Amino acid sequence: MSSSDHSRVSLRRAFCSVLKRELVLRFRRRQELAGPLLFFALVVVLFPLGLGPEPQRLAELAPGLLWVAALLAMLLSLDGLFRNDYDDGTLEQLMLSPHPQAPLIVAKVLAHWLVSGFALALFSPLFSAMLGLPWQQWWAVAVTLALGSATLSLVGSIAAALTLGVQRGGVLLSLLVLPLYTPVLIFGAGAAQLALQGASIAPQLALMGAMLAIALGLAPWATAAALRLTLSD
Amino acid sequence: MWRFIHKWGSPKWFYTTTGPWLPWLWSAALILLIVGVVWGLAIAPPDRYQHDSARILYVHVPAAILAQSCFAVMAVSAIIFLVWKIKIADIAAMVMAPFGAAMTFAALFSGAVWGIPTWGTWWVWDARLTSMLIQLFIYLGVIGLRASFTSRDSGARAAAIMTLVGVVNLPIIKYSVVWWNTLHQPATFSLDKAPAMPASMWLPLLFSVLGFYLFFAAYTLTRTRNQLLKREARSRWVKEIALGTGKAS
Repeated sequence: MSSSDHSRVSLRRAFCSVLKRELVLRFRRRQELAGPLLFFALVVVLFPLGLGPEPQRLAELAPGLLWVAALLAMLLSLDGLFRNDYDDGTLEQLMLSPHPQAPLIVAKVLAHWLVSGFALALFSPLFSAMLGLPWQQWWAVAVTLALGSATLSLVGSIAAALTLGVQRGGVLLSLLVLPLYTPVLIFGAGAAQLALQGASIAPQLALMGAMLAIALGLAPWATAAALRLTLSD
Repeated sequence: MWRFIHKWGSPKWFYTTTGPWLPWLWSAALILLIVGVVWGLAIAPPDRYQHDSARILYVHVPAAILAQSCFAVMAVSAIIFLVWKIKIADIAAMVMAPFGAAMTFAALFSGAVWGIPTWGTWWVWDARLTSMLIQLFIYLGVIGLRASFTSRDSGARAAAIMTLVGVVNLPIIKYSVVWWNTLHQPATFSLDKAPAMPASMWLPLLFSVLGFYLFFAAYTLTRTRNQLLKREARSRWVKEIALGTGKAS
């Protein structure tokens, strides 16, 4: 194709086609799709076994437990963000496209968030109920998870891109990602805890929104730089 | 401006120019460190409430300041390396990372030792302490990331990107005592206010902080020069220095 053919594909169409391709691929690989959710469920099951089944205490700890479990599930799914595309060469084609790289990366991260963080938020009421949270607080856990996990996906994409060329980068990925995840965890779990006490969580949600805005503005560029680095090897 | 940057980017020029600085830097660092530490630990008056345990201040505060300054300098080096591809900036960032990690650990450890007589516990999940611990993990992440690449250049660029991402933690540490109501006291020094303690206490602290900074500079320069020789071992100017034949030595 000549370059004039490329220029006819608008950025919006390129964004949508990357997003569509990601979602189709993810829904075809059902096992990987279920991965974060299954992991989340298993970790949540471990807590009542480890802490004892008293409903009162579990309900008190539930927002923090759900958040930590979701954070670990997100961490587990991060490696798959670019891995398959890196192995089969699609990633190089994506970076060679005439469009700016950052929006295309946002499309990939958005697809990742939809099947991991957003899916976790959708299923979180089920686990909130299992941990004995009063039903008025289910939405608080779900809303903070949905908002916070988008930041987690964006920040995680930087580290996923950096460790792409590293053999057995699993521990390294957690070492890079978890320190950066702590602010989101503090505000997310803190907001859910506040909701449990009946306070307003609007300030926390605003702060988490601000973190998401900053991550959305800066993380895709860092990820693009990291991907260029990995592909130049 | 461009000539300046080009000169500093030249390994040979850097090596020969900074050589004569080293004795001055090391002696100034040692004198200030000895003055600050001996004055602080032995001569300065004990605190009215904490008595002699407050003397940990003269080690704890400089270590904590250096832990953050070191990361800031690493971030500046990372920008210089990513934008202008100046190798020396990368070498400097590489040798600074273990130093910063050690300083972070020293600040955490001396804080823990100080916490036993004053707070009654060696660790609390306080915002300042937690953010310092996270800083330690970020240092370890940067070091580990660089080490895990087989190609040196890729490792250098990856570490530079990670350093720039890790900068977000610096303001969190700095303002953790302002934003959250914590057990840790606010900053000891500030540029726009007179210190709240008598001169006999803040003067040795100032000497100690300056001594730590000079030690950091001398250490970084020495190790950068050694790494430079190692990386450029095949080039002519290094051989000339090694054989003592060139004008450069």
